[in-house]
Amino acid sequence: MITTALFYLFAGLMLISALLVITLRHPVASTLSLLVSMFCLSGLFVLLGAYFVAVIQVLVYAGAILVLFLFVIMLLDLGKDAMTRTQGHVWLLVGFAIGGVLLWQLRTIVNHTVDGSLPPATAVQGTTEQIGQLLFTQYLLPFELTSFLLLAAIVGAVVLSRKELR
Amino acid sequence: MVTLSHYLWASCILFVIGLIGVITRRNIIMLLLAIEILFNAANLALVAFAAHRGDLAGQIIVFFVMTVAAAEVTVGLAIAVLMVRSLKTSDADQLSLLKW
Repeated sequence: MITTALFYLFAGLMLISALLVITLRHPVASTLSLLVSMFCLSGLFVLLGAYFVAVIQVLVYAGAILVLFLFVIMLLDLGKDAMTRTQGHVWLLVGFAIGGVLLWQLRTIVNHTVDGSLPPATAVQGTTEQIGQLLFTQYLLPFELTSFLLLAAIVGAVVLSRKELR
Repeated sequence: MVTLSHYLWASCILFVIGLIGVITRRNIIMLLLAIEILFNAANLALVAFAAHRGDLAGQIIVFFVMTVAAAEVTVGLAIAVLMVRSLKTSDADQLSLLKW
């Protein structure tokens, strides 16, 4: 019973704060709202037994990515009307139309292709030991390749943000 | 009883919220924030299926998705800074240099 209550608490809070991310006018408020959403998602990961993923969700997203967002928003200091501009009302309608169609399609997929009536198995525990064992044996090559990806991202960011770029 | 469908529904609604954000916002930083919501929706579906099937591979993929998201945000925000410095605007619509 406590799991059910926690699921609805985390999922509801996550969806509400995600909705606030795209509707709030001020970019800093949007970013902080996304932070709440990430923490709730991390709670859902814990409920699903993905402990390692839950921790790196907080560490990587809340600790690194969102701080980077806040840093850039404050660095640029664009002023209120530049940051809060949205597309016109037509695009708002288009957005909701596409969103509605997509949700309808996803509903069909969820209802017809997955036997979703079963509860998620709690036998699988994504602890650091389990994930680490898989990561350094079966998935060693992609793991090493991500280091190249991160190196490329670092070099790209440094080259792009040099001031005397000509 | 919380079933797999509940998690998939949460993931679907989160994805649609992010998609509406990508379509309606104009500022490039807000677009990147909405893309982060899309990543998170996909991650939630992956972890839910991993728990459902009793297979840890889904959680490994989430780990790689987070790495790619970190790299994407780093380069994307660097491009945003460069765009504001050179074009004096942060509207994604103004990036029309390659249009003819």
